[in-house]
Amino acid sequence: MVKWLKADSSKCVGCNACRLACALAKFGDNNHKKGRLVPRANFPESKGYKVNTCTQCGICAQKCPVGAIPQREDGVYVVDESKCISCFICVDACPFGVMIRHPEHKHPFKCDVCGACVPFCGQDVLSVNTR
Amino acid sequence: MLYGYAGRILRVNLSTGVISKEPTCPEMARKFLGGHGFAVYILSKELKRGVDPLGPENKLVLASGPISGTLTPCSGKFTVGAKSPATGLIGTSNVGGHIGPELKLAGYDAVIVEGRAPYPVYLYIEDEKVEVRPAFKYWGKECSEVERELKEDLGEEFQCLVIGPAGENLVKFSCVRHDFGREAGRTGMGAVFGSKNLKAVAVRGTRTVPVYDKKRCMELSREMYAKVKANELFPEFSKYGTSMVTNWTNEVGVFPTKNFSRGYFESYKEINGDALVSRILVHNKGCFACPMGCGKYSRFEFKGKTSYVEGPEYETIALCGGNVMLSSIEDVARANYILDNLGLDTISGGNVIAFAVECFEKGLITRHDTGGFELRWGDIETVEWLARKIAYKEGIGALLAEGVKKAAEVLGGDSEKFAMHVKGLEISGYDSHWAPCMALAYATCDIGAHHNRAWAITYDIQTDRDAYGEDKAERVIFLQHARPMFDMLSNCRLSWVETGLDPRYFAEFMTALTGVPYTYEELLKCAERAWNLTRLFGIKELGLSRKDDYPPERWFTPQEEVPGNVASGKHLDRAKYDQLLSTYYRKRGWDENGRPTPEKLRELGLEEFIE
Repeated sequence: MVKWLKADSSKCVGCNACRLACALAKFGDNNHKKGRLVPRANFPESKGYKVNTCTQCGICAQKCPVGAIPQREDGVYVVDESKCISCFICVDACPFGVMIRHPEHKHPFKCDVCGACVPFCGQDVLSVNTR
Repeated sequence: MLYGYAGRILRVNLSTGVISKEPTCPEMARKFLGGHGFAVYILSKELKRGVDPLGPENKLVLASGPISGTLTPCSGKFTVGAKSPATGLIGTSNVGGHIGPELKLAGYDAVIVEGRAPYPVYLYIEDEKVEVRPAFKYWGKECSEVERELKEDLGEEFQCLVIGPAGENLVKFSCVRHDFGREAGRTGMGAVFGSKNLKAVAVRGTRTVPVYDKKRCMELSREMYAKVKANELFPEFSKYGTSMVTNWTNEVGVFPTKNFSRGYFESYKEINGDALVSRILVHNKGCFACPMGCGKYSRFEFKGKTSYVEGPEYETIALCGGNVMLSSIEDVARANYILDNLGLDTISGGNVIAFAVECFEKGLITRHDTGGFELRWGDIETVEWLARKIAYKEGIGALLAEGVKKAAEVLGGDSEKFAMHVKGLEISGYDSHWAPCMALAYATCDIGAHHNRAWAITYDIQTDRDAYGEDKAERVIFLQHARPMFDMLSNCRLSWVETGLDPRYFAEFMTALTGVPYTYEELLKCAERAWNLTRLFGIKELGLSRKDDYPPERWFTPQEEVPGNVASGKHLDRAKYDQLLSTYYRKRGWDENGRPTPEKLRELGLEEFIE
């Protein structure tokens, strides 16, 4: 079983409330650049937004040279800061751009499926799922 | 620590290249909040008397506010302010999108742009790194193209303000564009950019904004989002956005049609919200932290070519639809696309085009003036032809680029009577032949005729449309404080107007955010302070007085009678309006000539501006 944050991108309006809610929930910081999910669009020929969430695919864990991204029992990958050497290989490896690097933090961070973002989406794009 | 604010103001002088970072004044924050309030205060304080709005001595104020970028429903508003080339008054225009939060994260509450660059430039802001960079490669290009190129060159995370050819060519109603379809449209802010050789501002920020009471803010955020989402109007507003209003304005006879000669357009069902959603909508688009996503991103075909545009919003449907009588949503979208990309305000643009067509009909503009081109109602070719002539100031376009007030002065005849403006700013989307409260709102609006400051039309419809009672003056005054309050906090008012969020929440949120115990009444007082200061600026600069607070002549004469128009033949009563205006002044603490009294200015803590 793997728990993950699912996004129905077809309904997204790109407002970034989810991103800000995430930063507030995880760091208590009013700074949406610290959000662990990222809505993107391709203007001006836009067909809609694509919400990049962590699918818990585990590529970051595979690429980590020091084994600092273990998988929890619920299938969620988490960064172990005590082992992380801040090489940021995981950030480059993430296919969805949701292993986040921020200048105010020494280590990268990612979604741990806490669900704090979910109620702030006006369009009910987000849900915590298992597969 | 100034909680809720980035804490600094960035000042850039384009003449000298000097860039400085100043602390945000806590007293200014307390008295003027941010956004529109900062713009009004800074311009009142710093502009020399009588400066040319398009000269290097004018200043641009680009301002976010304390709520901007916080987790409140719709905290993405941003203000662009300067002395307006359209009116000579303080002009501020708000724009949604994402640039306000981005600027705060870069570490600045506002940017003050001074001087004039010797060649085309853009302003690059990335946290501490601030540079004035050459913009030769972007100059001359249309809005979407410039924004796309900037994002390609700098990175997707950059938020940009850009101008189009109309701004470069100093058209008096040129706008500033952001986020591929959001515009600071009113009062000619694009021309002020252009006059400074400033093609764009690109911002990226990563810093954290300090919050006083994080726990309380989060509790309030949860409550506010839950309330907005649970509101019964939420699904409909989310689906249609502002286009939702089109049916209603036609049903009650206030939809600007044929240069405001009446309030009903027989083809409105071809350009309403249903037409938009069923025929051209691609997806919804939200500004920062907006649960509704009222922006409509659309796609349409024109002569075999596919184009994309954000909108049309109601105001564009009204002014580029009904007012020029375009009778298909595709044509309105096309007009929206052309004006947006040239960098023209669709509200003033629709007015100017309609005015030109009426002048042509009446022989005040002739084929000789147009090089043989026939200006016609309901004709997208006419709209496109005029828009391009205006943006590039070619032929008759050079005169029309000045706006309807100046164009009427030159064209003469009786054109002044159907030049639909107040104080030089063209009227937005509500025909007020039979709406005295809205007429008063337009006529007394601080920046010229704009609905943004007081959407009083609903009050006319809900009460007695023939009445000119004290309550209407009171309603206008309340709205003229409540709505700009949102522009000062930098939150979109539509969470209140459309989905019923109690505005008192913002006082509670401000208290938790800043640590300063704000009440709703105090926030309204801040807005009243800004209102009076803007008025003082107008009095000092232009001798603004009672004569300037009247709606155009056309609304005092019977409107066209057409089948379906419930307002057929209706018009304003001059004597009653006159009385209503006196009531308005009295209730504001202004004298009979519309001057704030010294007592009122002292009450508002504006002693430093008393002369």
